[in-house]
Amino acid sequence: MSALDRPLSVALVQLSPEKGQPERNISLLTDAFSTIAGESLDLLVLPEAALTGYFLEGGVLECARTSAEMAQLLGETWQRVSPRPIEIVAGFFEIDDGVLYNSSIALSITDQHILTRHVHRKLFLPTYGLFDEARFVTRGRHLRCYDGVGGRTAMMICEDMWHALVPTLAALQGARLLIVPSASPGRGFAPGAILPQSLERWQAVLRHTAAEHGCFVLYAGLAGFEGGKGMTGASMAIDPFGELLVQAPLLEPMILRVDLDLTEIALARAALPLIGDLQEIAPDLLSDVYRSRGVSP
Amino acid sequence: MTFAVHRAQRAPLALACDARVLLPWLVSFLRDELLRRRGIKHAVLGLSGGVDSAVVAALCARALGPERVTAFRLPYRLSSPSSLADAATVATALGIHLETIEITAAVDGYLETLGRSATVDARRRGNIIARMRMIVLFDQAARLGALPIGTGNKSERLLGYYTWHGDDAPPLNPIGDLFKSEVWELARELALPDIVVTKPPTADLEADQTDEGDLGISYRVADPLLALMLRGYSDAAILARGACPEDVAVVRRRLEATHWKRHLPTTAVVSDTAIDSWYLRPVDYGVL
Repeated sequence: MSALDRPLSVALVQLSPEKGQPERNISLLTDAFSTIAGESLDLLVLPEAALTGYFLEGGVLECARTSAEMAQLLGETWQRVSPRPIEIVAGFFEIDDGVLYNSSIALSITDQHILTRHVHRKLFLPTYGLFDEARFVTRGRHLRCYDGVGGRTAMMICEDMWHALVPTLAALQGARLLIVPSASPGRGFAPGAILPQSLERWQAVLRHTAAEHGCFVLYAGLAGFEGGKGMTGASMAIDPFGELLVQAPLLEPMILRVDLDLTEIALARAALPLIGDLQEIAPDLLSDVYRSRGVSP
Repeated sequence: MTFAVHRAQRAPLALACDARVLLPWLVSFLRDELLRRRGIKHAVLGLSGGVDSAVVAALCARALGPERVTAFRLPYRLSSPSSLADAATVATALGIHLETIEITAAVDGYLETLGRSATVDARRRGNIIARMRMIVLFDQAARLGALPIGTGNKSERLLGYYTWHGDDAPPLNPIGDLFKSEVWELARELALPDIVVTKPPTADLEADQTDEGDLGISYRVADPLLALMLRGYSDAAILARGACPEDVAVVRRRLEATHWKRHLPTTAVVSDTAIDSWYLRPVDYGVL
């Protein structure tokens, strides 16, 4: 359980960065942070590739930063605008020992320190249709949770979330908060549709996942057009009953503020104890998977 | 650049149901319980002139046909004439049979046997009236080869605002899991006469009685609080959603004090085969 006995105050920062200019986009970040620096906030979530834009192709090499550099860059930007403690999650292109990843970082920041809680490297790199990610970055190989301000938390980047197993494994590790930095170009404009079909699918995936595992889900979407591809934005928060609490408008850079009543996790899991049921038999089911593939767990 | 800040609003304390979806569902429930399961083609119910019984009458009429629904007005001498008139309006609108059986003599006959020195307060008399109505309804059901249909809603069941083994006695109730607010929605979907949808709810057991007056809270306020309490929200969490502390206290007190009313009588368990502890069979198990 979280130590918090009050709602978790969250800001989802829907950015529309200048392509391939991480340092120049710091001024954008400063503006965003300044807008909400006076508020009592616990957690601030930025989209995937927040400071560079998503479709970089070979430009990933120039734009990637080490996790330490990213921690310093984000942490110091916050410290310049506020002495308040904050936790920040942000997507970025990471370079580590010459290898490139699409990552997200979770930082705990006070006026005294910048602490990296966790770095998640995107597991599933879309390389089909509009996407060509695996050509430019390497996939992550691990999914691990960390203890954040909202309790046990897992980050998963964009397509990671579309594989039902990934949030399931996070929930089995005890995650109660799933954070999804994303960069999703809107596509599919069928007659009668209110939202692009890609976004409707996102909503369905996020809501179903939240309800199945009794988790809060925070989705921060990159916003604005990148060479004709419209990053939807549409950041959203979903409660552990699977209800959409709020969704930001399409395409526009903006900040979405939402307070999460973490006590609802227990209520949702009491009403629908699927994750408790799964925890009991998951080891058996997973060992069957290993066995069928001829490997030992 | 300047960033607009969009603030999520807390979910409003409101209930909503889609009456268009609910309506055929409840009609199917009645057909299944009456026709398929019991082979009973006729329904009887007490028609008070209020919205709950009007909705149930309309559902029965849709499920069985209006010619197979008999509604009873069961007035006591203190009953409001307007309630009787409203019940007639509903019966006419639905095309169902309407009969009137005055229960004053039966109720007062019992009271008179207690002697003049007996002081029977309004609550006791109200319970006697409610139970007498059930005696009549069950007997009339036997006369017609029909089944009595219950008309109590979820709100009054949760607040304990009914007579145990009185209003809750019929074996079927299509609206027992609907909050009063939802019953109103259903009434509008059923296009019931305006008067039964708009007038203040009343048990009509005493002159000028209203549910709101008795409960100290309106259903519109109580229903969302009940909905949150049933899901497990603490009072603190409900207050954080903007509820009034006095309202939360009233609803919580009534909810917590009336669990017993929503159960069958408590039985002393003395064996390993106690009914409802060991000997458990679903309500639809076996052949009727």
